Amino acid sequence: MCTKLISIMALCCIAGSAFASPHIQHWQAASGAQVYFVEDHDLPMLDVAVNFAAGAGYDVADKTGVAGLTQGLLDSGSQGLNEDDIARKMADIGAQMGGSFDADRAAITLRTLSSAAERDVALGIMASVLQQPLFPEAVLAREKNSMIASLKESATKPEYLAEKAFNKAVFGTHPYGWRIKVEDVEKIQRADLVNFYSAHYGAKNIVVALMGDVTRPQAEAIAQQLTASLPPGGASALLPPVNSKIVASEQRIAHPASQSHILIGAPGIARNDPDYIPLYVGNYILGGGGFVSRLMNEVREKRGMAYSVYSYFMPMQQLGAFEIGLQTKKEQADESLRLVRETLRTFVDKGVTEQELRAAKQNIIGGFPLRIDSNKKILDYLSMIGFYGLPLTYLDDFPKKVDKVTVKQINDAFKRRVNPDAMATVIVGAPEETTGATK
Amino acid sequence: MRFYSLLLCLLAIGVAQADVFEKDLSNGLKVIVKEDHRAPTVVQQIWYHVGSMDEKTGTTGVAHLLEHMMFKGTKSVPAGEFSRRIAAAGGRENAFTSYDYTAYFQQLHKSKLPLAMKLEADRMHNLDISDKEYNKEIKVVMEERRWRTDDEAHSLMDERLMATAFQEHPYHNPVIGWMNDLVNMTPADARDWYKAWYAPNNATLVIAGDVNAKEVFALAQRYYGGIPAVKLPQRKTLDEQPQLGIQRIVVKAPAELPYLIMAYHAPRLRDVEKDWKPYALSVLSGVLDGNESARLNKSLVREQQVAMDVGAGYDSTSRGPSMFTVEGTPAPGKTVAELEAAIRQQLQLLVRNGVSEEELKRVRAQVTAAEVYKLDSVFFQAMQIGQMESIGLTYQDIPLMLKKLQAVTAQQVQDVAREILQDDQLTVAILDPQPLAEKNKHAKGDATHVH
Repeated sequence: MCTKLISIMALCCIAGSAFASPHIQHWQAASGAQVYFVEDHDLPMLDVAVNFAAGAGYDVADKTGVAGLTQGLLDSGSQGLNEDDIARKMADIGAQMGGSFDADRAAITLRTLSSAAERDVALGIMASVLQQPLFPEAVLAREKNSMIASLKESATKPEYLAEKAFNKAVFGTHPYGWRIKVEDVEKIQRADLVNFYSAHYGAKNIVVALMGDVTRPQAEAIAQQLTASLPPGGASALLPPVNSKIVASEQRIAHPASQSHILIGAPGIARNDPDYIPLYVGNYILGGGGFVSRLMNEVREKRGMAYSVYSYFMPMQQLGAFEIGLQTKKEQADESLRLVRETLRTFVDKGVTEQELRAAKQNIIGGFPLRIDSNKKILDYLSMIGFYGLPLTYLDDFPKKVDKVTVKQINDAFKRRVNPDAMATVIVGAPEETTGATK
Repeated sequence: MRFYSLLLCLLAIGVAQADVFEKDLSNGLKVIVKEDHRAPTVVQQIWYHVGSMDEKTGTTGVAHLLEHMMFKGTKSVPAGEFSRRIAAAGGRENAFTSYDYTAYFQQLHKSKLPLAMKLEADRMHNLDISDKEYNKEIKVVMEERRWRTDDEAHSLMDERLMATAFQEHPYHNPVIGWMNDLVNMTPADARDWYKAWYAPNNATLVIAGDVNAKEVFALAQRYYGGIPAVKLPQRKTLDEQPQLGIQRIVVKAPAELPYLIMAYHAPRLRDVEKDWKPYALSVLSGVLDGNESARLNKSLVREQQVAMDVGAGYDSTSRGPSMFTVEGTPAPGKTVAELEAAIRQQLQLLVRNGVSEEELKRVRAQVTAAEVYKLDSVFFQAMQIGQMESIGLTYQDIPLMLKKLQAVTAQQVQDVAREILQDDQLTVAILDPQPLAEKNKHAKGDATHVH
């Protein structure tokens, strides 16, 4: 009886979960930068992110690592400030400057107290770091060494080896499939960073996200201050398209670890993809929904074969990966692989049930407020909305779109977009008797 | 501290106490409510005051295993159903085990709090550990151990370092348990553990978010109030004998880069008012590694370029003895011996000349700012409350702790450094990287016993 009562209550929640998402203000700064701002005075702090279309996907062949080093060296010296000045002055006011970097995007972030004494200093340093970077030779030499050592270290880790082989199999020669090469890093010169900066850090292609305790006029001034003297560059920032079709492949790579690391997948979806919602909701059922997904149920709950098993679509500017992953002890790697493939095949062939879809909607819609319950989370959404040109109503639209999706749309989208017969498979630390078929 | 599955640094502690309310139920359950109305969400955390340090030889890992079993069904909620109901309510949930405590949490829309409380209360006293579910879950835990520790060089180092530094105190044993103990564990071990420790009088309930404290107390009474208190096992006083000289260990594991950890025995916070060393040690770790411009990074990474990365750590808030650690990766072309010498030089410099007022001011600025930043995460604030309550302190101590931290003097930092950073209380662990092809298979022998 309790069970029924609870599920009725949960259903009611969907209808009643109208929840005001934050009011997003958007404008273009005089510099050309696109600005996204949420004004919120609850906490005396300000979060800022400046996003450039300058991720690893913008590296050129045989010069991998330039994009990452350019972003990484921004705070290592600017007009009038050396590396230590930047770190020390930020620390003196308790401000935190950081960054993020992926295949599409390079970002510099700042969290500071919003009182003028701290805020002005922090923004002044950030403005200098963004607009007058020096890329000092000595720091570059040190960071190149460090990057090379890290790459060699990564090459001993099964998870890195698996991702590297997987990306190559899924994306082929597209930059999404590249990983930084030691021999490329060794050749990088300061001029490479300076040129990359001029080409990819122009104000025309950037998105400034601001969240917190400043007024609209202050936000306007800050956005301009951070971007007014960026390089004039900023031509079209589109990456080449990803080839959506691959042929099935399987690579087995030897490794002494006790577990095999298994990845299965193919090119998936782009951020603006019309199939995004049905695939997102469907994937919740397949392997995205934590403890309640089909993969988790088959592999872990029923058989105890893995601690973690998941699937996801990584929506990128171009088609990002659809990926299933797990780790399991070597002796049962082949059995797990069969089970995962079978689960995926059944999912695509037979589709999801009404009951599964209802549970997925309950979780995604009912849990939506958790996605925007802090300044940090809202800042990340502002950056994403701006960077990928999503509508300002994105946060309001998302739960509504999820609510409307049907079993038929999900099953149709999976049949069109996920072909179990054309998946790349990588097994690192494969069972020894079967290792050796590495291509 | 790095050896805890959970990282909570004293430097980041501090809760706006005004919105915190507490009430003890008659069965001994302490309920603490932190109101925060910024978003219509709530987090429930239940903290059981039992962790891996309460385990006995031969059943290490049972605290963490029980945490897994808590999702495997009660008399009225079948296995897996807990997670399904929380998911259907739009919730997120998980749990974690440390040396000191075991905690469970759900984050949901505020309207779903009664559901979460009902489910959490149910598994506090109605858990049904069936042989069938146990036999599957113990395999999951072994996979977790392989993934987290056996195949992770740095985790292996941590594990062996703790086993060396602590010879008497149960921090000697890893939270996840030794593989041999997992292999030989039985469902009865899990049932015994549950019966002994899972009771309202051994727990703190923390609810934080867009709620009204009075209403939460009424809900807590309704769902948890009827659960009977249990006579808890006697807790013996546990301690570690003084170390009698420097200890050095080498861990061989597949890797490219060597690694160095230097760990000094150090006191934990017991008397919030009278103790001073734990505060001084926290500031010391801030001076060495509290920010990008702190001493270790500045001197060893940027200037001398003897380290690729380097850090210091100390956590004053634990049930058992603490450690002050310095660790890092040698820069390419440098050895661990060179890195150790460079670290020792920095520590000696500090012992000899102390720290500057400017450095102290910088650490204080970090503490002040961190207090504000922390308010952006309701979950984290609830964590601090729960952790303090679980280790024998209380959340009400936090403001005084902050005041004490801000009042640490340069002299105290120098004095505590001189006293603690001594070879006789030091354990040094070195990772000796092994090429992939020549990996000693014997090291993974554990796994072959598993069926």
